[in-house]
Amino acid sequence: MADVAHRTRLVDRDGVLGWMFLAPTVVYVIALVAVPFGLAIAFAFSDVTSGDPTYDWAGLENFRRVFDDPVFWQSLWNTLVFTTVSMFFIVLFGKILANILVADFRGKWVVRFLVLLPWTTPVALSSVSWLWLLHSIYSPIDWVLRELGLIETNLYWLGRPNLAMASVIAVHVWRLVPLAAVIMMVGLLSIPRDMDEAARIDGAGYWRRMFEVTIPLTFPLIAVAALFGAIFTFTDMAVVYILTRGGPNNATQVLASWSFLRGIGGGDIGQGAVIALFLFPLLLIAAVLILRAVRRMETL
Amino acid sequence: MAVAVEVRGLRKKYDGGHVHALDGIDLATAEGEYLVLLGPSGCGKTTLLRTIAGLEQPTEGEVVIGGSIVNGLPPRARRVAMVFQSYALYPHKTVLGNIVFPLKAEGLDRTAREKQARWAADLLGLGELLDRRPRQLSGGERQRVALARAMVRDPQVFLLDEPLSNLDAKLRASARDELKRFQRRVGTTTIYVTHDQAEAMGLGDRIVVIDRGRVRQVGHPVEVYDDPADTFVARFIGSPPMNLVRRSSTLVGFRPEHLLPAHDVAGEKVVLPFAVDRVEHLSGDRHVYGTISGFGEDTRVISRLPATLTEPIAEGVHDFAVDVRRLRFFDEGTGRRADPMPVTTTHG
Repeated sequence: MADVAHRTRLVDRDGVLGWMFLAPTVVYVIALVAVPFGLAIAFAFSDVTSGDPTYDWAGLENFRRVFDDPVFWQSLWNTLVFTTVSMFFIVLFGKILANILVADFRGKWVVRFLVLLPWTTPVALSSVSWLWLLHSIYSPIDWVLRELGLIETNLYWLGRPNLAMASVIAVHVWRLVPLAAVIMMVGLLSIPRDMDEAARIDGAGYWRRMFEVTIPLTFPLIAVAALFGAIFTFTDMAVVYILTRGGPNNATQVLASWSFLRGIGGGDIGQGAVIALFLFPLLLIAAVLILRAVRRMETL
Repeated sequence: MAVAVEVRGLRKKYDGGHVHALDGIDLATAEGEYLVLLGPSGCGKTTLLRTIAGLEQPTEGEVVIGGSIVNGLPPRARRVAMVFQSYALYPHKTVLGNIVFPLKAEGLDRTAREKQARWAADLLGLGELLDRRPRQLSGGERQRVALARAMVRDPQVFLLDEPLSNLDAKLRASARDELKRFQRRVGTTTIYVTHDQAEAMGLGDRIVVIDRGRVRQVGHPVEVYDDPADTFVARFIGSPPMNLVRRSSTLVGFRPEHLLPAHDVAGEKVVLPFAVDRVEHLSGDRHVYGTISGFGEDTRVISRLPATLTEPIAEGVHDFAVDVRRLRFFDEGTGRRADPMPVTTTHG
């Protein structure tokens, strides 16, 4: 028996090996998810600022001050508008692009390359181009519209509340559509070819095949893609921060950017933590919905 | 009888391919006929079926359904119904939803189409299952749903692509019987693709044997079995296949069940010394393996002894014989049937 134990190395034991493989992930999740999350909760109930980092219990004071601030409520509303409208267009354009990506035509690799380009461009880089495209004086978009006689003076894309929100949404949609398109393309490719052919034999035209066969069969995947996209959108501040910094007059302020401006920019870490924590229950709901869609996908 | 489906000079070449998937096929089905396309995998039989359905366009040639040329028409304009090998049921729709789908596409109003769908479902014994989803059904039930969906529109022709290959062996026999009875009842022209000769022999009014994109033989199952047009058909049909013995430039063929101990063969016969080396017992029948010599080239052949012959066959040389009327002659070069050659026969 001793001989057997001698010849069994540590890595031959499944329990040990399992933990060895899991350890990096566990460390990663604890260090970068659990600890910051715990810190955020702790800070939310404290008076910690960047100028005075000593921890003093403040109770619900931060919550009261955040909820009293109209900018917070505006940010919440903006976040919902930003997410809902963005997701609508991302799913719509993603679906259309996915159909183009699976279609067989001459030069499709060029189209595929161009479709994926926005996703591969760093957001800082592409947003700078967008800053130029939407510039109050030198905007080429305004120039084209002016030359066409559609407008008299520049639109000030980022200077007017509604146009600024539209611009932020447009840039965000432009960024996320390629990913959505690729996910939905995978969904389309996973439908057996027989299914589409059976529908054609059964006499269904293009739209009937699309709405009665393709979309129901890919719905769970579309749902997962949409919810993932919604989480991305909900927690994203890059586009807002680079294009408008939340302006004009907080018209494009979202929770993520407001939390950053309050907590890091303004130094009030307690309040920043409260705003960030507010994202949590909403994301939890999204996560539950994702898991339910996945389960539906398994039973189909 | 009227012609339901006809193909003329059909050729299909895939992009970049050097071979023709279909290489000049001419074929016509009679109204109400059960035509079986039989061939090894990759022979072009499924391509032929898909071309008739309109899922593939031929490179050359014409497809005629119900008297008019349908080349270029989409499947929905051809009034064909197809059952796929996978059945291709819509997994998100109920059984009723699946059956109703072709009628919905036709624009029939709700009450009419539900009535029609229930009629089809009842005909196939699916009345109790209408609210189920495909994944809740057994293989045989799925097949019946696919059939109901195919017939509900009253098509001009049924196209069946190996519909039994997903069923286990036990179910397959009963499903085959069901298919045949179903077709007799509705009387719709059916084109059935299979690589399984037992299915083909059992189901077909006529069998079309296809190899490498060409029709090798068309005929009644018995005709194809007894009088194969060439060595391909002779070897492809029959289990075990026809024995072929080379004699000068001719191949002489005979079925294993016709090679019997000499004293069990009456009438004019060819006696062949048969060196037996192995005997297999297969549910009643016996397969006897060995080599015959003295007739042409020494050749390994198989003899199939029916259960009614009970005499023991030991290893060693025995006198076996074939009724001279059972011999088939093929040209060695072309493989086609050749004139009978003189053979030494005995009586008794």
